[in-house]
Amino acid sequence: MNANAAVVARTPQEFKSDLKPVWCPGCGDYSVLAAITKAFAKLELLPQNVAVISGIGCSSRIPAYTSCYGFHGVHGRALALGTGVKLARPDLTVLVAGGDGDGYSIGGNHFLHACRRNVDMTYIVMDNRVYGMTKGQASPTTEPDWEFSKLTPEGTGLREFHPLVIALASGANFIARAFSGDPNGTADIIAQAIGTPGFSFVEVLSPCVTFRPEQRHWKDKARPAPVKTTSDPSQAARRILTDDGFNVGVLYVGNRKPYQPSIGRGTKKPADLEAGFVL
Amino acid sequence: MKKTVKRKPLARRTTAKPLPDAPRSVADFLAQAWAIEAEASDRYREFAEQMEMANNMEVAQLFRKLERIEQKHRDQILAHMGRSTPPRVKAYRWEGAEGPETAAGNELHYLMQPWHALQIALHNEQRAFDFFKQLARARVPAEVRAAAKEMAGEEREHVELIREWLKMVSKPASGWDQDPDPPAFGD
Repeated sequence: MNANAAVVARTPQEFKSDLKPVWCPGCGDYSVLAAITKAFAKLELLPQNVAVISGIGCSSRIPAYTSCYGFHGVHGRALALGTGVKLARPDLTVLVAGGDGDGYSIGGNHFLHACRRNVDMTYIVMDNRVYGMTKGQASPTTEPDWEFSKLTPEGTGLREFHPLVIALASGANFIARAFSGDPNGTADIIAQAIGTPGFSFVEVLSPCVTFRPEQRHWKDKARPAPVKTTSDPSQAARRILTDDGFNVGVLYVGNRKPYQPSIGRGTKKPADLEAGFVL
Repeated sequence: MKKTVKRKPLARRTTAKPLPDAPRSVADFLAQAWAIEAEASDRYREFAEQMEMANNMEVAQLFRKLERIEQKHRDQILAHMGRSTPPRVKAYRWEGAEGPETAAGNELHYLMQPWHALQIALHNEQRAFDFFKQLARARVPAEVRAAAKEMAGEEREHVELIREWLKMVSKPASGWDQDPDPPAFGD
């Protein structure tokens, strides 16, 4: 650390809007917002060169809390929107964010194909294993024996969705797990995800203190993964399948070429497209 | 930061673990100290905003006050560094994911009372005191040890200040977090 060599830094605050989050006090999503803005600052991006796209849910409010371009889209369709933005404007840094219900249930099919397509964007899922906005129902990542919803009083009895291994099998080029209780570490992982070409997937364990108060103890469980990042999919698969879900770090980085079709000169202008709708 | 508060003996809770990134100069030390205070101040601001949004204004105002204290400390360090703009430094980690004076992000409850907020602050100030005290005894240059000792003294004053404030608030009765109109109304 050399204090004298320092220059005025781009600050995370520059990436925050004036709108204050309405999440419950203590929600992990506050730290994820902080981590995202820290990552943007670390990468010295400009707000006008970043698009933050989301679907529906508590965590999907996040675009409004940034000063970047934002699109609070349709439930489960954030990745489709993000893909469109990136293909149309490859110069933008595209970050898609949302929750486990939005991403793995309603948007589950988009998740598979976004991994497969490998467009150069980053997908952050704030996983709290519950639908919080609708007052606490089981989501795809909820444990099968979680009994605290009247919809599933004896638990779902269903095996949890395993997003990391599904992302790996579907072709995501960067796979990481982070924990909202470590916003600095999460910021480092997000910065690395943005800096890695192709589809980067970051699963962030983000406790819901209202409907899953026991998740406050995740801070005692989450720890750095005891292994180095691998580029070997079979090794990554073994590690991801056999860990307990609390190993934090970059777990896989591949070298697939991102999908980015060239945008030809013959592309229509918006006015041309609008002409087709004139009555 | 000078305050006139009575001193009490503090619990000895120093750790034997080696310090990560031990500063090798006073400039390094001040940069680390600045990062620690800045992060603590930012966290209190985030807490204040969360409590304002939950319309718990009493606790929000307390977090604002704590934010201002840390800001003042941060700015004093900046002035000591001879700078007018923030340095570009890495966040500092000590015995966890964040700095010694930073409150964990999920410690809030929308019905919490000033006593709870002060418990959070007391824990943070005690940790900061422990950190600087440990540094003051570490194998670092003598001038760094002296600076750390001075900082530990200031953190000790903060601990005492929070203890004084705690005497002015009552400990919440059991059931303080029971909400007759809770957000979890079922489905």
